[in-house]
Amino acid sequence: MAAPASDAPPSSAMGGILRDAALYALVAFGLCVPIIAYRTDPGPAGLVLVPRWGLVLILCAAIFAIRVLQRLVLLRRDARRALTPSPAQATEAVGAEPDAGQKVSKVGLWVFVAVALSLPLLATVSTGGLSSARYWIDLGILILTYVMLGWGLNIVVGLAGLLDLGYVAFYAVGAYSYALLSTTFGLSFWICLPLAGLFAGLWGMLLGFPVLRLRGDYLAIVTLAFGEIIRLVLINWTDVTGGAAGVSSIPRASFFGIPFTADEDGFAARFGLDFNSMHRVVFLYYLILGLALFTNLVTMRLRRLPIGRAWEALREDEIACRSLGIDTTATKLTAFSLGAAFGGFAGSFFAVRQGFVSPESFTFLESAIILAIVVLGGMGSQLGVAIAAVAMVGGPELLRNLGFLSAVFGESFDPSEYRLLLFGLAMVAMMVWRPRGLISVRMPSVSLGERRAISGAHVSEGHG
Amino acid sequence: MATPVLTVEHLTMRFGGLTAVSDLSFEARAGDITALIGPNGAGKTTVFNCITGFYKPTEGRLTLSHADGGAHLLERLPNHAVNRTARVARTFQNIRLFPGMTVLENLLVAQHKTLMRASGYTVLGLLGLKSFRDAERAAIEKAKGWLERIDLTARADEPAGGLPYGAQRRLEIARAMCTDPVLLCLDEPAAGLNPRESAELNALLRHIRDADGTSVLLIEHDMSVVMEISDHIVVLDYGKKIADGTPEEIRANPSVIAAYLGVEDEEVEAVEAEVGLSLPHDPPHKQSHEEHSA
Amino acid sequence: MDVFLQQLINGLTLGSIYGLIAIGYTMVFGIIGMVNFAHGDVFMVSCFIAMIVFLLLTTWLGITSIALAFLLVLVAAMALTALWGWAIERVAYRPLRGSFRLAPLISAIGVSIFLSNFVQVVQGARNKSMPPVFSGGFSLIENEGYSVVLSYKQCLIMGVTAVLLTGFWYLVQRTPFGRAQRACEQDRKMAALLGIDVDRTISLTFVLGAALAAVAGVLYIMYYGVVSFSDGFVPGVKAFTAAVLGGIGSLPGAVLGGLIIGLIETFWSAYFSIEYKDVAAFSILAIVLIFMPSGILGRPEVEKV
Repeated sequence: MAAPASDAPPSSAMGGILRDAALYALVAFGLCVPIIAYRTDPGPAGLVLVPRWGLVLILCAAIFAIRVLQRLVLLRRDARRALTPSPAQATEAVGAEPDAGQKVSKVGLWVFVAVALSLPLLATVSTGGLSSARYWIDLGILILTYVMLGWGLNIVVGLAGLLDLGYVAFYAVGAYSYALLSTTFGLSFWICLPLAGLFAGLWGMLLGFPVLRLRGDYLAIVTLAFGEIIRLVLINWTDVTGGAAGVSSIPRASFFGIPFTADEDGFAARFGLDFNSMHRVVFLYYLILGLALFTNLVTMRLRRLPIGRAWEALREDEIACRSLGIDTTATKLTAFSLGAAFGGFAGSFFAVRQGFVSPESFTFLESAIILAIVVLGGMGSQLGVAIAAVAMVGGPELLRNLGFLSAVFGESFDPSEYRLLLFGLAMVAMMVWRPRGLISVRMPSVSLGERRAISGAHVSEGHG
Repeated sequence: MATPVLTVEHLTMRFGGLTAVSDLSFEARAGDITALIGPNGAGKTTVFNCITGFYKPTEGRLTLSHADGGAHLLERLPNHAVNRTARVARTFQNIRLFPGMTVLENLLVAQHKTLMRASGYTVLGLLGLKSFRDAERAAIEKAKGWLERIDLTARADEPAGGLPYGAQRRLEIARAMCTDPVLLCLDEPAAGLNPRESAELNALLRHIRDADGTSVLLIEHDMSVVMEISDHIVVLDYGKKIADGTPEEIRANPSVIAAYLGVEDEEVEAVEAEVGLSLPHDPPHKQSHEEHSA
Repeated sequence: MDVFLQQLINGLTLGSIYGLIAIGYTMVFGIIGMVNFAHGDVFMVSCFIAMIVFLLLTTWLGITSIALAFLLVLVAAMALTALWGWAIERVAYRPLRGSFRLAPLISAIGVSIFLSNFVQVVQGARNKSMPPVFSGGFSLIENEGYSVVLSYKQCLIMGVTAVLLTGFWYLVQRTPFGRAQRACEQDRKMAALLGIDVDRTISLTFVLGAALAAVAGVLYIMYYGVVSFSDGFVPGVKAFTAAVLGGIGSLPGAVLGGLIIGLIETFWSAYFSIEYKDVAAFSILAIVLIFMPSGILGRPEVEKV
């Protein structure tokens, strides 16, 4: 402990570190056997085992090295801390965090909006043309869809403290509402959008009514069950939903009635532009940005209204809420169905963007990703959700750009195969690192003096 | 004076085979502070939970009468309606504030009914109409008034969970009062308070009775509080009422002393000579310690 | 009647497997109040381990006695899967103990996603099928071309389940570990004060849950002969349904729930529609949670005010 901060740790400590790392490597070895050590390949007469002991050894060595490094870093950090106790340490937990969080929260959301608004322009300038910016704008659309879904679910999970693992069901209801209404009755997107939200909200109310009495993990599991039921019905009710094949040739979005086509009634001709298929993509980008910001605006307003305060009170203490005359069932239902309605809006956007919907897109994994975004962002924090969506959805995209790694690992190495594997690991790592999410402070909805953030340590996570 | 605000008739509450409260009848008079006392496990909190709608009584009738002549049968109301329509407010033995919300927000949540109506069930509020903003300003003013009374104005924007214990107790009472109750039920409001805070609490409760005209029903172990401020005391033991009267009557009642000290009736007189006189100022410490630790 | 009897046998077989997985859910929920979302995927991993070990034994080491191979596979799968259970608890759940309530659930979902994709990456996305073992069986009733068969595999599944459950029941009821575990369920802080190593007890709970899931995995791969990386989710949810139906926290309840879910599923598939059999399972889950959240053998919960 009191040893001078020399670069080399004492040899006794080193021995301990090596033993510890060896134990880690041993456990890793046990985990790799036999599932990595032998690959099962289909052969002429059943499965054939292909040994890969080299890979196992590399993995174990890597684990050993990582653990040794980790321990060394920790050791040096501890030694440094022991020598110079920082004056901030004592006040860190109470004082510093809210101030820092507060500044980030104030500026951050505006920075996010500014970047989001200018992304198509930035991408066009930096890639040297509208068409070549397509990748970035598409990625922006994908991220914003998740931002919107995250903000919608944030009402349910972050504000009202109701754990919903089947949120994707409402996304699906919205998507199929638009898909079926437009293909069957020929209704336009702008009529279907509110209808989709309405249907999803109604479904939210219908499903929410029986289940909202349940608490905590039980509510999560029931919502998961409902999410799966809706997906299975979509697969099996072939007459209406087209079954596993889904609904295709859904009408594309128009610019408030003006189609994005090359002919003279089209968008380009009307506005005197040269036709470019990217116009539609840029329009879709701003459409989802608008929808997401609308979600945010409504949420921010609701937070300052009695209903929003009741949601947060419900998350803090349901029993106290009832003792104050708040109808908890009705309050939960409004949160649940409003969140569902926003999911429905996002769903109808999804349908109009893809031009095709199928049950494939609405698996449990989607619900898990959306929930992870909300929890990682910090429950109830709008900015946190936006950052988490960028990290969780945008991050895996980086893997596509790691093609050079195949030079190291061989031709068959495809980094994007590891997308979900790393995603799962990241979920665990993020939870271990920051269980309360990136931004855990809460801004009060009303104040007498200056608005000051509340440290996450006080804020409850809800029981229902 | 004599009109009852709360009439409890033949209240019985069973949990499986256990009878927590049996055939309890008493009245809490309007404008009074009524205390419900009794040894640990006597069923006091169960009575409270029945009155405030958290439990549905197995048998019995609980009538709450308003000054305008309206009456509500509490056992038939859903949980939240006990506060919303019958206007009974309560606090909890282990304080239940909204810890992550500020002191001011706690007091605003309590005015949910009024504000909800003013916000046109959210629709008008979303549009930001003036009528709603006025109502909200009025609600904040009311909260400010209470903050002053409980001496928390300076900490209005702090999270309720960060307040010291005594302040949390006061805030919980103020929050309950913000719902404009006709009957305020307090579950051990003085538990864990120091003598100075305890004295402040007494003053606050008297003020609530006299200035706000709210009747108070309280469970308390601290006899200095009970004897000093109650107009009327009901004593429970093993779920049954064993005495009912003014503090003076209760102080002199042998079966109360027996229940508290756990002695046979014959021995009471002997004990009374020793303890009876000192009861009001020096509550049986041994028992109250037991009860807090249990 | 014949169809009924056959479905009864099939249902009990399937139910045994669900019951074994359900114990892992119910024990973990009992002790740390958490839905171990990754448990279904631990089961799936154990199927792969069992399959690879079986192939190793029969094709590389040339063991011809199927019974011996089965026993070795069972032991190896239980040990290796238990190591997975231990490691997962250590890495993903223990650091989160006593923290934010949602964190362990999110972490568990992360582990679940990791496990299924890990297996997909290292073993490929395709279904893996194994050569059939223990074929044949007893023909119970034979009439007009329809015969009710109790296969050797089904006998084995029910037998192994019964033996292991008895042993397990003894472990939890009669040993110091069992007492420590039940103490931790009641009050973790108090148990720690009384000198029980709570961390170790929780670790052991995960190890046991994983080992039983491995038994289920071995039986599953032997019975169906095919498995893929995505086969953890649905059996996992059904086993969780079984645990809830039986009363979460109750061990006999988990087995009972497993048998009921197995029976409902097979009868539903036989008499109604096979497409909607998963819908049936999920609906039962929802209905049970809504109308009898404490299950068949669970203790009802009284709201603490």
